Amino acid sequence: MADLAVNIAGLKLKNPTILASGILGVTKDSLKYAVQNGAGACVIKSISKEERKGHAAPNMHAIEGGFMNAVGYSNPGLEKAQEEFQNLSEVGAPVIASIIGQDADEFAYMAEHFLSDEFAAVEAVLSCPHTPGYGTLAGQGTPKATEEITKKVRAKTKLPLIIKVSPESQPIGEIAKAAEAAGADAITAVNTMGPGIHLDIQARKPVLHFGKGGVSGPALRPIAVRCISDIYKSVKIPIIGCGGVTCGRDAVEMFMVGASAVQIGTGVYYRGVEVFRLVSEEIKTFMEEEGFNSIKEMVGIVNN
Amino acid sequence: MLKSNRETIKQYNNKTIIGKVIKIMKSSINMNDWINKLDKSVMLKIVDRVKETSNVDTFYFDYRLNSRPGQFVMLWLPEINEKPFSIAYDTGEGFGLSIAKVGAFTEELFQKKKGERVGIRGPYGRPFWKEKDAKNVVMVGGGYGVAPLATLAEELAKEGVKVHFISGARSQDLLLFNERLKKLKVELYTTTNDGSYGTKGVVTDPLREILRQEKIDLVYCCGKEQMEKAVFDLCEEAKVNAQVSVERYMKCGIGVCGACSVDGTGAPTCQKGPVIESATLRKITEFGKYHRGGSGKKEYFK
Repeated sequence: MADLAVNIAGLKLKNPTILASGILGVTKDSLKYAVQNGAGACVIKSISKEERKGHAAPNMHAIEGGFMNAVGYSNPGLEKAQEEFQNLSEVGAPVIASIIGQDADEFAYMAEHFLSDEFAAVEAVLSCPHTPGYGTLAGQGTPKATEEITKKVRAKTKLPLIIKVSPESQPIGEIAKAAEAAGADAITAVNTMGPGIHLDIQARKPVLHFGKGGVSGPALRPIAVRCISDIYKSVKIPIIGCGGVTCGRDAVEMFMVGASAVQIGTGVYYRGVEVFRLVSEEIKTFMEEEGFNSIKEMVGIVNN
Repeated sequence: MLKSNRETIKQYNNKTIIGKVIKIMKSSINMNDWINKLDKSVMLKIVDRVKETSNVDTFYFDYRLNSRPGQFVMLWLPEINEKPFSIAYDTGEGFGLSIAKVGAFTEELFQKKKGERVGIRGPYGRPFWKEKDAKNVVMVGGGYGVAPLATLAEELAKEGVKVHFISGARSQDLLLFNERLKKLKVELYTTTNDGSYGTKGVVTDPLREILRQEKIDLVYCCGKEQMEKAVFDLCEEAKVNAQVSVERYMKCGIGVCGACSVDGTGAPTCQKGPVIESATLRKITEFGKYHRGGSGKKEYFK
């Protein structure tokens, strides 16, 4: 029998599909909704110290072969988010916190004051391409910044620590190494690519209000797969693949280059929230046909 | 993928294959079912603008939207913002949006003249629907909430459904589509809070009376949330099923961003609503109490 369960950085998941940060995830009940539809775990929408309204709309839209977004980290801020994310056992699957900061000290502050034992892990996002002051626009995508932020967050929390990296940070293996050396337990690879620009030529304006945004979805997938492959060859800690997974074959592809689980975001747009259940079923069908008994057996087989 | 191959897979999925066809892996699925999905705005000219009340205008567009009453579109003003608006008219050849000037975005929109373009995407959301056994229904509309209901009433009346239509507003100058409603084959009840037109009072007054006197099969409702909650409570008391259009702060309109997810079900209103029936409304713990703003922070209804 093909077993879909995975164990990653101490987290036990019934299946390897995880709701990616920024998709649904604003409220506890929206996480529950994803889990009811098959997600094996979920990541909340990223939380900053203060409330943020984010960029004006359109802040996400479809393109041929994918999606673009520049949401700008809208979130209610640390205090309100703490009220929101309580009694997380009700969600029915591990809940991973997502934190952002303008520098290493703010990340440390978030780790110290926002994280509670109710979270199964924390994902620190160093890789947003469309919010001034954060992520790659604040230089957080370098090995040095990655190491510094990881170290400071590590010092403030005992939760499994996941670092989410940008496909723009290259060589990405070096970024992952820096995170590993500073105490990270896993890497999420990758955040959206870019920023890119998409115009409405009738309007003669970019569609996204911010003017540019991160590219996700199938268009990003080959890049994501290569990044996972590079990281797998560079570090020993597990990798959570992210970037354009819409079906079982896409997830399997990421396992084969080295991911132990996958996050799904844009896939929710393509196939509805049921995407988690569908992808799990499709992975299982593949495993049964090809004679794999566990996800682990597939991890990295291309690179081993 | 070759056409023949695709067809074989389709047959396989439908389980109509018998015996000795080429073996196709079950895990080869047809991505065409979703991979070409593409929600984009189209820039449409405002072909007409009609003043409805002191602060409401209807903006008309020549475009086959193929919407159903209760659905909405996202309206984009480049470099300003994008907001959801309920569809007031859809003739098949064109559609109209009745919009109140209530904030920065709509003030910008009201600067737009006939012939100028705005971005439109949609239609989105779950519309009002007909119930086969509903032969005697009530529609309750507050302010411009009457627009989708008027379209639905026209359709139902044609099919022989008895429609009681309650239209309410604070005062006469805010009553919408009064002339349009008068032309409908419905029993029309009009209320104003100040008594400047129709019966002085609120929409729940005639509703309470109707529910007391007749066997009502279904209540349709669209308006401000507290009014909707009061209507829903009366329906629950009378054990009458309701369909209510629930308004939430929406950003993407396509079930992704999570801004309009409601507590209780967690489902995004843009996809699983805006029209929601009693069985689901009972599970939505925030209904009538609060909604969330752009950052996700709760905002309580006053």
